[in-house]
Amino acid sequence: MLLTAALFAPLAGAVLLAAVPAARQQAARWLALAASLVALALAVALAVRFRAGEAGFQLGVTADWVPSFGVRYRVGVDGVSLPLVLLTTVLTPLAIAGSWRSAERPRGYLALLLVLETAMLGVFVSLDLFLFYVFWEAVLVPAYFLIGSYGGQRRVYAAVKFFIYTLAGGLLMLVGIIALFYLHQKATGTPSFDYDALRDLDKAPATQRWLFAAFFAAFAIKTPVWPFHTWLPDAYTEAPTTTTVLLAGVMSKLGVYGFLRFSLPLFPDAARDLQPLLLTLAVIGILYCALVAAVQRDFKTLVAYSSVSHLGFIVLGVFALNLQGLQGGVFYMVAHGLLIGGLFFVTGMLEERRGTRRIDEFGGLQRSAPRMAGIMLVITLGAVALPGLVGFVGEFLTLLGAFLANRAYAVLAAAGVILGAVYLLWAYQRMWHGTLERDENRAVGDLTGREWAVLAPLVAAIVVLGLFPRPLLERVEPSAQRVVEQTRQLSP
Amino acid sequence: MHLLAQAAEPIPVPRVDWRAIAPELALAGAGVVLLLVVTFWPGARRGLLAGLTLAGLAVAAGLTAWNWDLARVAFDGAVSLDGITRYARVVLLAVGALATLMAAQGRRTDTDEESAEEEAPPEIFPLLLFALTGMVLLAAASDLLVVFIALEILSLSLYVMAGETRRRAAQEAAMKYFLLGAFSSAFLLYGIALCYGATGTTNLLGIARASIDPTDDGTLLLAGIGLLAVGFLFKVAAVPFHMWTPDVYQGAPTPVTAFMAAGTKAAGFAVFLRVFAGALGGMVVSWRPVIAAVAVVTMLVGAALAVVQTDLKRMLAYSSISHAGYLLVGVAAAATVPAGISASMFYLLAYAFMVMGAFMVVQYASRLGPPDTEPGEIGERSSLDDYRGFARRHPWVGALLALFMLALTGIPPLSGFWAKYYVFLAGIEAGLTWLVVVAVVSSVISAFFYLRVLVVAYLQEPAAEAEAAAGRAPALGLALGLAGVLTVAIGLAPEVLVDAARTAERILG
Repeated sequence: MLLTAALFAPLAGAVLLAAVPAARQQAARWLALAASLVALALAVALAVRFRAGEAGFQLGVTADWVPSFGVRYRVGVDGVSLPLVLLTTVLTPLAIAGSWRSAERPRGYLALLLVLETAMLGVFVSLDLFLFYVFWEAVLVPAYFLIGSYGGQRRVYAAVKFFIYTLAGGLLMLVGIIALFYLHQKATGTPSFDYDALRDLDKAPATQRWLFAAFFAAFAIKTPVWPFHTWLPDAYTEAPTTTTVLLAGVMSKLGVYGFLRFSLPLFPDAARDLQPLLLTLAVIGILYCALVAAVQRDFKTLVAYSSVSHLGFIVLGVFALNLQGLQGGVFYMVAHGLLIGGLFFVTGMLEERRGTRRIDEFGGLQRSAPRMAGIMLVITLGAVALPGLVGFVGEFLTLLGAFLANRAYAVLAAAGVILGAVYLLWAYQRMWHGTLERDENRAVGDLTGREWAVLAPLVAAIVVLGLFPRPLLERVEPSAQRVVEQTRQLSP
Repeated sequence: MHLLAQAAEPIPVPRVDWRAIAPELALAGAGVVLLLVVTFWPGARRGLLAGLTLAGLAVAAGLTAWNWDLARVAFDGAVSLDGITRYARVVLLAVGALATLMAAQGRRTDTDEESAEEEAPPEIFPLLLFALTGMVLLAAASDLLVVFIALEILSLSLYVMAGETRRRAAQEAAMKYFLLGAFSSAFLLYGIALCYGATGTTNLLGIARASIDPTDDGTLLLAGIGLLAVGFLFKVAAVPFHMWTPDVYQGAPTPVTAFMAAGTKAAGFAVFLRVFAGALGGMVVSWRPVIAAVAVVTMLVGAALAVVQTDLKRMLAYSSISHAGYLLVGVAAAATVPAGISASMFYLLAYAFMVMGAFMVVQYASRLGPPDTEPGEIGERSSLDDYRGFARRHPWVGALLALFMLALTGIPPLSGFWAKYYVFLAGIEAGLTWLVVVAVVSSVISAFFYLRVLVVAYLQEPAAEAEAAAGRAPALGLALGLAGVLTVAIGLAPEVLVDAARTAERILG
């Protein structure tokens, strides 16, 4: 019940927003914030009641939805999904607070953010493949309108590209889901989309490979895995910055989560067979996107490419198919959400002040906005995986996992760490250090109270989780271990 | 000699079973009443006519409910009451009711009677009832001659309805529809004749028995089947028999277009399923490749051509072609997989409300057009440019437009999604996975043009010129609301309707 409440609280908030008169913008903002905070509170309550050390799904609900198709409403969390639920519920109120000042039609914007939150939470907690698919596609609609309605100049192009790309992947996955359902029905005679039932089904290796490919289409595009990333720079750059925070912070995790939750346990043989391919794509993604990021002039695009590059580490960890890699992958998902979220937030704040995102337009901001510079430094260092901050733990564990799986990939990926440090620190240096040469930069004000409220929780989480990763890792471990075992299991 | 001897025998008179065709009789009766009213009382208010039409539909609905559990073959096998008939009756009566509400709405305000007439003269109500009679009968027909008669009843009514206004585009559309329609009727009739020649009967049950006769090589029957398929494919607007669709959909008055898009499709596919999956199910190996191939080109051509349209009605016409393609996937699966039948029936139901809803929005928007349109001009605001910023000015209708577009795209959890899903499921079960993959590709292409409507309505700035005041549109508003609610409700709780569709899987006669 708690989980269902947390899942639908934002949606309820969005419905209530429709009742607020359009003129009362302030009321709409507070209502949206309240709804997202209710979801956060419920998610925290969920985390408190969560029993660490158990691998299985907890706190779940099961009910019939469309019995004649075997579709059920089944939700639950385990050590893999709980951190992502928390990440989502933390980032959404921050995104709402971050968009407090954007004046244009805030009611619709906030309602869409809340619908997006429910859809993304649904993806993380669904344990019925059909329900999962429904939420998966439901993410598209609010994201489409957020990018297309409220984005920058090329927003329509970006929104349509994003929609078509991800819909194509999703529909191929639907074919895979139906095929899986049909196999199950043929084998057992009962219609079911239940996660456990479909996982326990025996699947011939050749069949697995086809099904893996169908799911891969959806997950690889959504993550995105190189070379399916071309929609992303457009979408991230054109979306309003607080939307980008949710897209990069949470939505990019949907694909990786899908690999972890579905591709590995459902098609273990195919996953093992295709491991080299996936690891290769991950490494190419890390290096390629790091190089592309290094030459960007627009800081937002730079962060967008850096996000794809870092996601490569998560894919690397997941497809290392060992405990270190998977555990690190889940941890890095959280870390990535916090860090990339932080980077985009600061980008948005700079854009609000200066009306530009070009790196060469800035310079010496440390003098005019010292506190912002300090916060940005912490986030940047976290993103380049400085030990003691959250990024390090994730990157270290995923690289360790990759190293244990195959050294060559780990060595190549480690080069990506260095590149990441190069382009992020170089950009930091160009934007924040040096002398104040432009008058506009002299006038850049430091953080306001509201901006502190947005960034402080992020920075706190970045530091605290970096120093004390244990409580989180403990909860992830049993579930990650279970995925490892399921993937290792040899099908007869 | 032999033939003459046969002719001399008295033709057996079938036992009349009034109850079996009670809904059809009610519809035809109501049509006659309405025809008398509009003839002898030209000043009758539109609201009254619409009310009478709705009353006729209500009686037919009541009779359908009365016949609900009746499962039998009546008139010596000419009419069969089974799940398909029952389900199609429900769909068609709902379509009829929504179309009546749309037609009840005048061009602008109710006080402006003259311009109301411009949109669709009062004869639309009796014609709608006659067309509906044909459609309902078509869905129940289990003898090829009844199929032909029912098809003619509905086609003749629709030819007139399409050309009811004095607008030139409508006249042209009606003419085109009539010529091509008559052509396709001839094909159908020839097909019936060949089937009769091959099997000695026009009864579907008899054809089914004869078609599995191993002594016959079946060439003649195959030729007959081919011609039958041409006739049906024309009615459901499948490629390459789709040429009439865009012109007719664009030119006809919007309520008629909506009625045709939803009603003709439902009746056409009901008979398609009954003849091909039922009677000719034994010859599935022969016809499945053809139907599958037609499904492929229909889905892809429909979707691809819809992408380049600049007129919303025309775009919806091409989209309806590609939806016919998805339905053909269901037909192709239906002969070996019963789920193919129920999936197609469910699809027809879901599709009816989505597509009618979309046309209702077109009708709503066309009420905002420039007030002084000349009779010769098109005068309908269905160009995509007219919808720039539409959602900003009309948030509620805009939201409904978005809803219908997303449902047509197949975004969960709206009704169109379940429809598509069910058809895909049937296709995979029948071993037509490749066809389902093509359907997926086509869905992605379609997403592009459905999204374009949203882009125009939501993401572009409204045009500067002033719009005419919309005036109150209670009937249209009610119809829009019903279509919207049904699209969402079927999406959230498809269970009941899916179960009902399952009862259609057993074909009688």
